[in-house]
Amino acid sequence: MIKSIIIAGFGGQGVMLMGKIIAESAMLDGLNVTWLPSYGPEMRGGTANCTVIVGDEPIGSPVVDVPDVVIAMNIPSMIKFEEMLKKDGIMILNSSVIDREPSRKDIKVYKIDANKIADAIGNSKVLNMVTLGAFARVTGLVKLEMIGKALEETFAGKNKKLIDLNLEAVRQGMNSVS
Amino acid sequence: MKMLMKGTEAIAEAAIRAGCRLYFGYPITPQSELTEYMAKRMPEVKGVFLQSESEVATVNMLYGAACTGKRVMTSTSSPGFSLMQEGISYMAGAELPAVFINVMRGGPGLGDIQPSQSDYFQSTKGGGHGDYRMIVLAPHTLQEAANIMGEAFDLAFKYRMLVTILVDGMIGQMMEPVELPEWKNIEELKEPDWALTGAKGRKPRKVTSFDLDPYELEKMNLRYQATYKRVAENEVRYEEFKIEDADIIVVAYGTMARIVKTVADSARKEGIRVGLFRPITLWPFPYERLSKISQNVKHILTVEMSYGQMIEDVKLAVNGKTNVDFYGRSAGVVPTPMEVLEAIKKIAR
Repeated sequence: MIKSIIIAGFGGQGVMLMGKIIAESAMLDGLNVTWLPSYGPEMRGGTANCTVIVGDEPIGSPVVDVPDVVIAMNIPSMIKFEEMLKKDGIMILNSSVIDREPSRKDIKVYKIDANKIADAIGNSKVLNMVTLGAFARVTGLVKLEMIGKALEETFAGKNKKLIDLNLEAVRQGMNSVS
Repeated sequence: MKMLMKGTEAIAEAAIRAGCRLYFGYPITPQSELTEYMAKRMPEVKGVFLQSESEVATVNMLYGAACTGKRVMTSTSSPGFSLMQEGISYMAGAELPAVFINVMRGGPGLGDIQPSQSDYFQSTKGGGHGDYRMIVLAPHTLQEAANIMGEAFDLAFKYRMLVTILVDGMIGQMMEPVELPEWKNIEELKEPDWALTGAKGRKPRKVTSFDLDPYELEKMNLRYQATYKRVAENEVRYEEFKIEDADIIVVAYGTMARIVKTVADSARKEGIRVGLFRPITLWPFPYERLSKISQNVKHILTVEMSYGQMIEDVKLAVNGKTNVDFYGRSAGVVPTPMEVLEAIKKIAR
């Protein structure tokens, strides 16, 4: 099994971190992973994306033509990566920002009101973790327990409240999709 | 324990564990994280981190430090590597061991910051002046990059040669799980008998690439050549992937090689038997082995993130025994698995 995920959005929406937590959680679960960032002249407000591959076989190419999953956090990202998505592939959309439908009908679409859920938790920055929770529930590729460990690793030395806040966002994201 | 690390960080940490305590560098994308990591880490291991004013200064700091017989290194990306070439030639002439990391980006000139493999000529054929060689290692995963650092220093000291780790921006910027190599005990590293350590109580030593008498300079050059011959005989490294029954062998290194591994699997699903031959030492290039395996295949396809540089060595190895084709993109554009598969299908038809 090898699954590829492209995560894209505005710079500042936390798409790189979302990808890193997915990769790290899968690694902690014993899987092979690669994380590849777009590293052009990126800036806050511009678009950024990363490609994550997880699998139980050795991973060759970290570059992907046809992703299994696309997580789009804004309209330009949805438009850019929609056409690449595999037939019957999964598209997770941040519906707080994306107010339109993808044009393809041969994909599975999940809409997450990520900004609204994050605001309700009390920190608008955790919209990426809300979306990550939805991704975990929808794909089953990463487990909550491992996400917790990956967050502890990433925020090592930081306030425990920060980890709890992020984990709460993941949980609520999971619950937002059925 | 495996850690999720960036390529630049894995290389830096592995170098420290391999006994490197002297790092000189100047930041340049896509390898600035390596410089940054060294800036943070070197003081923690009682090492020296020095950011120079330019790559020209960096290579000369490296020259001076290497004279003391310690494990020294620098890291840069293509335009910076160009600036270092004069010093590299001097160091090669002075038979100094040192490790260079070149995280290649699109060129020529200022180019861009995306991955590329267009410094193959510069690294393997000599970007500086004179009859010199450097050992060039091309890892294709972050684990291999971490593992190869210790070997790079060992080879540099064994042969008194420069070693370049040639990777591209993708290996520099991506993350992968890495099991870091064991720590080398630097107390156990022997001081070479040529090291300049102050001549107190012993005869002075001299490290130089210079002799005005051509017959004396020729002797030095013949010594270099003898070393290069020994390296070519003993240190060739390569990997073969599914070549036993292959009709088409793809030759690729670094990032391109790992993309080709994926492509070989997809091609086989479509009934095209594809294998990969991956040089790990770009110099010395595995001419002999490639020559041997090319006898039994219909096609050799060289795939590079350049417009055709390694293919010249591939053609030397194959020497007309079979067809040698090429597919490549450069300037920071990375060929995708599908593009490479298309190139293979074209040949298979």
